[in-house]
Amino acid sequence: MTNTAANGEKTEPGIKAIRLRHPWRNTFAVVLLLIVALFIADAAMRPAYDWPAVGKYLFDQRISQAAFVTLQLTVYSMIIAIILGVTLAIMRLSPNPVVNSIAWVYLWVFRGTPVYVQLVFWGLIGTIYQSIDMGLPFTEPLVSFPTRVALSAFVLAIIGLALNEAAYMAEIVRAGLLSVDSGQEEAATALGMSWFQTMVRVVVPQSMRVIIPPAGNEVISMLKTTSLVTAIPFTLELYTRSRDIAAVTFDTVPMLIVASIWYLFFTSILMVGQYFLEKRFARGIGDRRPDKKADDATASIAGAMTGVTPVVGSGQPTVVLPPTDPRADSPKGDR
Amino acid sequence: MPDIPMVVADRVSKSFGSNEVLKSISLEVKRGEVMCLVGPSGSGKSTFLRCINHLEVVSSGRLSVDGELIGYREANHKLYEMRPKEAARQRRDIGMVFQRFNLFPHMTALQNVMEAPIRVKGLSRAGVEANARALLARVGLADRADYYPAHLSGGQQQRVAIARALAMEPKLMLFDEPTSALDPELVGEVLDVMQGLARDGMTMIVVTHEMGFAREVADSLVFMDGGVVVESGVPTEVLANPQHHRTQAFLSKVL
Repeated sequence: MTNTAANGEKTEPGIKAIRLRHPWRNTFAVVLLLIVALFIADAAMRPAYDWPAVGKYLFDQRISQAAFVTLQLTVYSMIIAIILGVTLAIMRLSPNPVVNSIAWVYLWVFRGTPVYVQLVFWGLIGTIYQSIDMGLPFTEPLVSFPTRVALSAFVLAIIGLALNEAAYMAEIVRAGLLSVDSGQEEAATALGMSWFQTMVRVVVPQSMRVIIPPAGNEVISMLKTTSLVTAIPFTLELYTRSRDIAAVTFDTVPMLIVASIWYLFFTSILMVGQYFLEKRFARGIGDRRPDKKADDATASIAGAMTGVTPVVGSGQPTVVLPPTDPRADSPKGDR
Repeated sequence: MPDIPMVVADRVSKSFGSNEVLKSISLEVKRGEVMCLVGPSGSGKSTFLRCINHLEVVSSGRLSVDGELIGYREANHKLYEMRPKEAARQRRDIGMVFQRFNLFPHMTALQNVMEAPIRVKGLSRAGVEANARALLARVGLADRADYYPAHLSGGQQQRVAIARALAMEPKLMLFDEPTSALDPELVGEVLDVMQGLARDGMTMIVVTHEMGFAREVADSLVFMDGGVVVESGVPTEVLANPQHHRTQAFLSKVL
């Protein structure tokens, strides 16, 4: 204690203690590092991995095109799944029993059967329904075209993935909507907002904070589920394409590594996107202050905030003051 | 028209399942009147308040605001349930302030106040913003317009909530225990705002435990217990000289 006093700078002495040592932690880390290093060294030498082939095929045009197709499948089917999922979730919470039941049956069917089976079904749709007819029932159709022409394997893959995913998204969204305090809906209702306005303006934005983490999971999961569309059969996505190449060149393992690298690359990008989305929807929650503008506003009146009681308020009749140019004393907060 | 009372309750009852929460409540609130509803918890006062803007549906009896039946249309001696749109239109004119504030946490104070006039009334943003800033100034929060609710104290949040309700230019304001969730030192600032509203001639029904407010501001005081109106009258008289033993018992605990 005398040491710090002698310095004459700090009034409170810092605690000087021998830090708790974690010898096992360090030993374990070293052992682990050694094992990993051995594995990497071994993998680099092992001919089965055939690294030159990995390098050769990683940016092969067929592979990068297939990777792009995989990305397209993911994005398109996810967009449809989210829109449909939100709709289904709202339907499930609707007071209308007809709408509610429709959503329930949809979830029952699409969650209750494997996505692979559903994809095979979509692939067979051209066989089951050979043409798509529009017109009145039991009369000659006004418009008719063969299913195989109207719906390509690519479109069927998107439909198959999206309709299955929508069922899962619906449950995620429903959980999010239910997580919003019921007082929020009441306050909006009391202001005269319609049920739809209440949902869109008040409940859904707040539920996003709960929805985004599992939804991000679903996007990443979808990226990988696209490899199942070979069941349709649709063969131009990343996994099937690399398998097809491997079947000719016998480079099975290198092609798997190539595909994995591409999947990892996309997943990493998606994770970054998720991080920013989560930040965006954490607005106004708790002590986190992601909003730069709010930070600035806080700083400008930081002095007033140090006291517990606000400057305005009790005692004086603040209420009856006529609204004399309100902008005079408010920060310029136009967005 | 001005002779019609603002709120008329005629034998209003409300049950949740077999539990009868309101038993044949009859009362009137005149224009510009401030009525305080007091009573022990579970006496049905909050439920009654929520029936007035149709957040709860009454089981029997008639409830009307400004001469208009709430929640139903009457034609040929038959009652027709209202469409949600019509019910929403009725709620526009009735402001409500909640115990737990219920501000929208993802919007700033200003956005909270602007939301309903823009979305419900479809007014232009510029006019609404000027009015919203004026309202925030009126509740003493002009400098907090761009704060999110999480960064405001309870008292400030409740004042924003009052401004939000006022933005719809209601003809009736309902307060459901507006100061019960507040730290004691913050109660005063909210009551000041409410007192100012009363002075400006707003018709108000206030469910509260603040007997001081009831005595000084209210024109009438209604004591409820067990879903019935036990006693009502001028606040000073009821508080000073309660007639019913249940009123006496309650007041002896809270005063």
